[in-house]
Amino acid sequence: MMELLAERGSLFALTGAALIALGFYGFIMRRALIRRLIAFNVIGSGIFLLFGGTGYFGGGVDPVPRALIITGIVVALALTAFAAALAVRLARSGDDDENPEAGR
Amino acid sequence: MNLLFALVALPLLFMLASLVAGRHGPRLIWLAAPLMTGLAVWLAMAVHTAPEGGALGGWPVPLGIMLEADGLAAALMLASAITAAITGLFALGSYGTTRAETTRSYTFWPLFYGLWAAVNAVLVSRDLFNLYVAIELLSICAVALAAFGSRKAAMDYLMIALAGSLAYLLGVVLIFAAVGTLDLSLIAERAPEARTSVLIGAALISAGLIAKTALFPLHGWLPPAHGAAPPAVSALLSALVVKASFVILLRVWFEALPGLTQPAIITGFGVLGAAAILYGSALALRQEGLKALIAYSTVAQLGYLFLVFPLAGGGEAITPWAAGAWGAMGFHASAHMLAKAGLFLAAGLMIHASGNGRMDGLTGLARAMPVTTFAFALCAVSLMGLPPSGGFMAKYLMLISSLASGQWPYALVIIAGGLMAAAYLFRPLARMFAGTETPAITPLPHNWLPLAPLALAIAAMALGLLSAAPYELMVSGLPEAGEAGLEEVEP
Amino acid sequence: MNTAILIPVLLVLTPLIPAVASALLSGHAGWRNGVNIGFAALKLALVTYALAGVAAGAEYEWRIAFVPGLDLVLRLDALALLFVTLSAVLWVATTLYAIAYLKGTPHQARFFAFFNLCVVAASGIAMSGSLITFFVFYEILTLATWPLVVHTGSAKAMAAGRTYLAYTLAGSAALLAGIVWLESGSGPVEFADGADLSGFSTLSASVIFVLLIGGLGAKTALIPLHPWLPAAMAAPAPVSALLHAVAVVKAGAFGVVRVIYDVYGIETVAALGLGIPLAALASATIIYGSLQALRQSDIKKRLAYSTVSQVSYIVLGASLAGPFAVIGGLVHLVHQGLMKITLFFGAGVLAERAGITGIAQMDGIGRRMPITMAAFSVAALGMIGVPPVAGFVSKWYLALGGYQSGASWVVGVLIASSLLNAAYFLPMLYRAWLKPSADTLPSREALASTRTWLLILPGAFTAMAALGAGLFAGFELSPLGWATLIVERIYLP
Repeated sequence: MMELLAERGSLFALTGAALIALGFYGFIMRRALIRRLIAFNVIGSGIFLLFGGTGYFGGGVDPVPRALIITGIVVALALTAFAAALAVRLARSGDDDENPEAGR
Repeated sequence: MNLLFALVALPLLFMLASLVAGRHGPRLIWLAAPLMTGLAVWLAMAVHTAPEGGALGGWPVPLGIMLEADGLAAALMLASAITAAITGLFALGSYGTTRAETTRSYTFWPLFYGLWAAVNAVLVSRDLFNLYVAIELLSICAVALAAFGSRKAAMDYLMIALAGSLAYLLGVVLIFAAVGTLDLSLIAERAPEARTSVLIGAALISAGLIAKTALFPLHGWLPPAHGAAPPAVSALLSALVVKASFVILLRVWFEALPGLTQPAIITGFGVLGAAAILYGSALALRQEGLKALIAYSTVAQLGYLFLVFPLAGGGEAITPWAAGAWGAMGFHASAHMLAKAGLFLAAGLMIHASGNGRMDGLTGLARAMPVTTFAFALCAVSLMGLPPSGGFMAKYLMLISSLASGQWPYALVIIAGGLMAAAYLFRPLARMFAGTETPAITPLPHNWLPLAPLALAIAAMALGLLSAAPYELMVSGLPEAGEAGLEEVEP
Repeated sequence: MNTAILIPVLLVLTPLIPAVASALLSGHAGWRNGVNIGFAALKLALVTYALAGVAAGAEYEWRIAFVPGLDLVLRLDALALLFVTLSAVLWVATTLYAIAYLKGTPHQARFFAFFNLCVVAASGIAMSGSLITFFVFYEILTLATWPLVVHTGSAKAMAAGRTYLAYTLAGSAALLAGIVWLESGSGPVEFADGADLSGFSTLSASVIFVLLIGGLGAKTALIPLHPWLPAAMAAPAPVSALLHAVAVVKAGAFGVVRVIYDVYGIETVAALGLGIPLAALASATIIYGSLQALRQSDIKKRLAYSTVSQVSYIVLGASLAGPFAVIGGLVHLVHQGLMKITLFFGAGVLAERAGITGIAQMDGIGRRMPITMAAFSVAALGMIGVPPVAGFVSKWYLALGGYQSGASWVVGVLIASSLLNAAYFLPMLYRAWLKPSADTLPSREALASTRTWLLILPGAFTAMAALGAGLFAGFELSPLGWATLIVERIYLP
C-alpha cells in the first residue's frame, strides 16, 4: 500500500497536505511571533513536499520542481531570517517610533 | 532586448553598489534616476511598436527565465520609474541631516533599489514562479522599509505578507500539479483540461494577492504601515508595492485563465472593489492624522483597479473609441502612482515644517509653503478624478465602460467615490488656506524639496492632458480578455 | 494649415502666461502688474483680430486627441467669440481694478495666479468644441475659483468656500454623469454636430437632459442650487466681479445654451417637452432672486441675489424656442456682465474707501463719490430696464421672444421682475443722491486723500460700455448685433 502511494507520489502529497494543515492551525491560532514563524516554515515545508510530489512520475523526475523548490527554500529562509530579526528588534525596543514625521 | 533585462538587473546592481559604497551610497541616485528613467522611456517607445521580450541567458522556457513587456508593463514601468526616481531624489535630500538618519540611510538605499528591481521584475515576468520570487523580494524590501516608521505595523504587514505568500505558493503548486507548467500562456492553453484544480489554485493565488494588495476586506494592515512610515517610504509603499501584486492578479486572470472565470468570480472582484472605494473613502473622511487620511485614500483608490474585472471589454462593443476598462485601469494605476507619491511627499514636508501630523497642524500652511500646498492640491485633484488630470481620464473611461455595458451601479460607485475623495481631500486643503496668520515653520533641510512633489503632480496632470500616447501604449498588446471581457474568451 | 488655427490656442495661453508669471514673480509687484496688464491687452488685440475674422465668416478650430477618438477641441465660432470677448474686455477692467484694490494686501501673487487661471478656464469654456473639452475647462474653473473665494482665510470665507465646493462639485458630478451617459450611447459629442440621440428612449434622453442642466444649474445658480452665490460674498470685490460677471455664473449659463442648441438642438428639446419646464424654472428663479434681493440690507448680498435673478434671463431666453428670445438671452450674457461688474466695482469702492457695506449707510454718498455712484446708478437703471441702458434691450427682446413662442406669460414675469428690480435698486439710488449726508460718512478731504483712479475708472468704463451697448445696439458689432449674427448664422440656416 505504502509503496503504491510512494510510487505515484501520493505519499508526498498527503504528507505535504498534513503539514500544511498543521502549520495553518499554528499560524492562525498562535499569537506569539516565533511560533507563527515556525508555523510558517511548517507550511512552507508542506508546500515544497507537495511540489516535489508533483514532479515524481513513474521512475523519472521532472527537473523543474526541483529547481524551483531549491529557490523556494532560499526565499523562505530569507523571509524567516528577516522576520526573526524584526521580531527580535520589536521585542527589544518595542514599537520604537523614533521618526518624528510619523504623524499618527 | 537586453535592455529589458537591464531594467531588472540594474537596480539589483545599484543595490549591491549602495551596500559597498557606504557613505557615498546615497549619491548613486544621481546616476540611477536618469539611467532608469531613460531606460523606461526607451522601453515605452520600443513596446509602442512591438512587445519586447526574450529568455534570459538563452535557456529554453521551462528552466530559463522568460521576460516580456507588453504595453501595460511598459507604461507602468515608466510611471514607476518616474515615481521612484523623484522619490529617491527626495529621500536624498531628507536623509543624512542628523547622525541617526545617516545610519538609517545605509539601510534605506539597498532596500530602495531592491524594491525597484522587484517591481520591474513583476512587471515583465511571465511565469508564476518568477512572479513569486519577485513578489517575495518586494515584500521583504517593503516590510523592512515600513519598519522605518512603526515596527509593530511592519510586523503585522509581514504576517499578512507571509500568509499571502504561502497561499500564493500553494496555488502555484496546485496549478503546476494540474497542468505541468508555470508559464502563463502555456497555462492558458492547458487549463481547460483541469478546470477544477486550476480554479482552486487560482482562488488561493487570488486570496494571497488580495491580501498583499490590501483589497477590502484584507486592507487592515495598510493604513498603519503606510501612515507611520517616513514620507519617501510611504510614497514608495502606496505608489508601487500594492500595484505590483495587483498586476500579478491581472496576469493570472486575464492572461493565464481567461475563459475559466465565472460571473461569480468577476462580480466578486467588482463588488470587493466597489466596497473598498466606499469603505476606504468613508474611513478617510474620519481621519484626523494627515498621513492616515492619505493611507486610507489608498485603500479606496485600490478599489478602482479591481473594477477592471467586471468592466473589461465593457465599452468595446458599443463605443469603439473606448477600448474597455483596460486603458482606464492602466491610467488609474499610473495616475495613482504619481499622485499618491506626490501627496505623501508633500504631506511629509508639511508635517516636518509644522511639527504636527494632525489636521490642525496644517492651519495656514498655504501661506508659509505655497509650492508644497500647490503640489498637494494638484495631486488631490488627480485623486478626486477631476480634469485635467490622469485620474480624470481613468474615471471617465471607467464610467463610459460601465454605462456602455449596462453595469450602471459601478458608475454610481465611481461618482460617489469621486465626491467622497473631494470631501476628504478638501478637508486638509481648507485647513491649509484657513486663518489669516502666516505660521512659523521649521525650515526644510533643502529649499528644493517641494519641487519633488510638484514634479510628480505635474506628471499626473500631464498624463491627463497628453493622454493619447500613454493610452495607446497601455492598450497595445493587451490580452484578448482585456479587450473582449473575461467571460467572452472561449476556454 | 495656416497660423489662424492657432488663435484659439493663443486665446487660452494669453491668460495662462500671466497666471504662471504671477506665481513666480511673488516678490515683484511692479513686474507682476505689468505682465498682467500687458497680456490682458494682448488678448484684447487677439480678440479684435478674431472678431474681424469671424464676422467675415471664418471659424477657427484646433484639436488634439485625449484618447483615440476623444478630442480636446477648441473651436472659435460666433457664439464662443461672444463669451470670449466679454471675458477679455472685463478681464482688462478687473485686472486694473484688482491691482488697485489689493494694493498692500498679502498673497497677491496667489490671487493673480488663480485669477488668471479662471480667465484661462473661461476662455476654454467659451471655445470648447466638444462636451469633454467643456467639462475639463468647467472643472478647472471650479477648482481655480476656490482659492479666490477663500482668499482672505477668515472663518466666513472658509465657510463660503465649503458651500461653494459642495454645490459646484455635486453639480459637476451630475454633469459628468450626464455627459458619460450620453457619450456611452452616442459617442463623443461635438458641438458642431450635436449628439446622436437615436439610441436613447425619450425617458433616458430627458433624464440625461435633467442631469446636464442640473449640473450646469449649480454654477448658474438656478434655484434651488443658488445658495453658494450669496455666501461667496465673503470674497474680495474683484472676486465677486469674477464670479458674477466674467466667469462662473456665465460659464453655467453658457453651458445651458450649448446643451440646448448644440447638443440636443432646440427642436429636440421642444419635442421632449423640456423647454417650457426649464423656462418656468428660470422664471421662478428670476422672481425668487428678486424677492430675496429685496429683503437684504447688505449691498453685496442684494447684488448677489440680483445676479441669481438676472442670470436666469439667459436661461429663460435659451429655453424659449423663438429666435428673438435667444437673441435676448445671448445679449443679456454680455449686458448683465457689463452692468453687474459695474455694480460690484462700485460696491467694492464704497466698502474700501468709505467703509459702507449696508444700504442704510449710503445716505448722501452720491455727492461725495460722484463718479463711482454715477456709474453705479447707470448700471442699476440698466438692471431695472430703463432705456437706453443695455438692460432694456435684453428685456425687450426677451419679451418679444415670449410672444413669438406663444409663452406670453413670460412678459408678465419680465414686468414683475422689472418692478422688483426697481423696488430694490431705486431706494439705493434715492439714498445715495437725494438723502442728506450722514455724519458717519468720511469727509471730502479724507476721501480726496484716498482717491485711487485705478479703482474708480474701471467702473466708469464698464458703465459707459453698458450705456453704449444700449445706445448703439443697432450697430453690427454691438452685443445685440453680434447676438443677431449668431442666431442668423447658426439657428436659422
